[in-house]
Amino acid sequence: MNAPEAQRITLKFDALTPAPGAMEVPVGAMLPRTYWHTVGVRLARDPYTAACALILLAIAGAAVLAPWLGLPDPAATNAAQRLLPVGSSGHLLGTDELGRDMLSRLIHGGRLSLTMGVLPVAVALAIGGTLGLVAGFIGGRTNMLVMRLTDVLYAFPSILLAVAIAGSLGAGVGNALLAITIVFIPPITRVTESVTTQVRAMDFVEAARASGAGAFRIIRTHILGNVMGPVFVYATVLVSVSILISAGLSFIGLGASPPTAEWGLMLNTLRESIFLAPLNAVLPGFMIFITSMCFNLISDGLRSAMDVRL
Amino acid sequence: MVDMPLVTVEDLGVEFVGPEATVHAVNGVSFTLTKGEVLGILGESGSGKSVTLRALMRLLPRKKTHLAGRVEIAGRNVMALGEHGLSDLRGPIVAMIFQEPMTALDPVFTIGQQIVEAIVRHEDVSPAEARRRALELLELVQIPSAKRRLDTFPHQLSGGLRQRAMIAIALACRPQLLLADEPTTALDATVQIQVLLLLRSLQQELGMAMIFVTHDLGVAVEVSHKLAVMYAGRIVESGSVVDVVKRPRHPYTEGLLGSTVHEVPKGARLTPITGSPPNLAALPPGCSFAPRCRYAEARCTGEFPPAVTLGSHLGYDHVARCINSRRVGQPETATS
Repeated sequence: MNAPEAQRITLKFDALTPAPGAMEVPVGAMLPRTYWHTVGVRLARDPYTAACALILLAIAGAAVLAPWLGLPDPAATNAAQRLLPVGSSGHLLGTDELGRDMLSRLIHGGRLSLTMGVLPVAVALAIGGTLGLVAGFIGGRTNMLVMRLTDVLYAFPSILLAVAIAGSLGAGVGNALLAITIVFIPPITRVTESVTTQVRAMDFVEAARASGAGAFRIIRTHILGNVMGPVFVYATVLVSVSILISAGLSFIGLGASPPTAEWGLMLNTLRESIFLAPLNAVLPGFMIFITSMCFNLISDGLRSAMDVRL
Repeated sequence: MVDMPLVTVEDLGVEFVGPEATVHAVNGVSFTLTKGEVLGILGESGSGKSVTLRALMRLLPRKKTHLAGRVEIAGRNVMALGEHGLSDLRGPIVAMIFQEPMTALDPVFTIGQQIVEAIVRHEDVSPAEARRRALELLELVQIPSAKRRLDTFPHQLSGGLRQRAMIAIALACRPQLLLADEPTTALDATVQIQVLLLLRSLQQELGMAMIFVTHDLGVAVEVSHKLAVMYAGRIVESGSVVDVVKRPRHPYTEGLLGSTVHEVPKGARLTPITGSPPNLAALPPGCSFAPRCRYAEARCTGEFPPAVTLGSHLGYDHVARCINSRRVGQPETATS
């Protein structure tokens, strides 16, 4: 059916068609099997991220295993041994203003502080992530509605909002968790929405539609697959913010209440002793600093590890 | 042409409704295509080529687009299909190859996963079977070391290989009609020819019909049986490749041929078409090419010229929409 003219041109180029198997080239011996395998390999090779992960694992592991580590009771006071300096025998990291063992309290405190760091972010990620995906994918009026509602919450500085919510609900760990979760939903929604809007306009989404994929399937595979990375990285940053806010709430008496061991609360109660035993008073702050910094560095590492194009 | 047409398009119209203006992207396009036939649609940017393709699959955003006319593919009235009907249409009946192999493949999934996804979506096969088919497809599109490429990500492949992978995805469900939206434009010249030859041999081997959209005359001639030249959302000339290229009967086609490096002696200057394409939000009345046309006369601006059949070659009618079509391309007026 080809026009004779076209046929003539053909013969000239036939030599350029690669013969099957003619270009058999070995492709790198270490081809990663899956996306997450690639990410894992890259993370393990990044010294900062690996070190931070180890530190966090140690802190979290100690916190989880605290009751079985043979530590002194974190709530046992001893008026005779108040504010022993760091390195005292029997009290490796000294004691606080009521004579309680600092090491034990720091490790036990990690249980609550880490929970306060991770839990609100996880819940907010589920809620805000879904909202952002839906708003970004559907667009139009749905997008307007969802995004303007989140803007209302977004208008307040996050700490102030957390304080306001926790304050109106009353002091307590549960209310503090709830307050921080609410604070985190708007930013996560916004980040998810903006990434989704970008991904939705990509050619491969149209290509997926052209091969018959329905909306749900496109969201589940193509949108989620491309949005998860950046949103997850953002969430790890929020973990450190969450630890800081919860420490702040405890510090002003809206989170955990004494004698519970929690880093923010310990910082608050040791504040009065800062001139008597500066090192002891700074220790809980140091823990908050180390943990949130590790989460930050890990999120940086994740960012570069999860971008497959790098 | 005794076969029933696989594709019938009648008076297809596409309007994009925006807040400021309504853009008339496609204004009454009609054509038919039978099994195993290749139609090349030629035209410059904004002539409505890609929009026509997307309208055939109903890929245009529903809210902002007004569709008119009739599209029938493999006995289905595409305009009347619902979301489910469209899902069944896209893939096993009509598939599309996109222009940009860089962005039309999902960066976070391997080539194999993307082919498997396309197969599993439409057919009830086991993952192992789908993977075996994916491997076959990669071999079909002549990707070297196909087995290992199955587990590579798009960014690990070159442009040509990516385009081959995209063709493999499009062929995953053995479509009867393959739409190709400038599939070679983003590739460099030598790779272009390889992909082009591959597409043509696949089309012949699998007996698919194909609509090939391009602005590259050489590419269109290479793969097509018949050509349609689009200008401002209308087909201004159509016919067999030889008729359109050797005996253009529409001034726009003539201008297009005069402005390409095609059988022009070395050193000769190309003749560009003067002026620029019309604003699709405010089309001039009558022939939309009239303002740029050197044959234009007063009655050209009255109403859009009717289709004139000027002959037939290899079973394809040679049709031009120009009232002066008999004067165009005659020796005394021809360029160069």
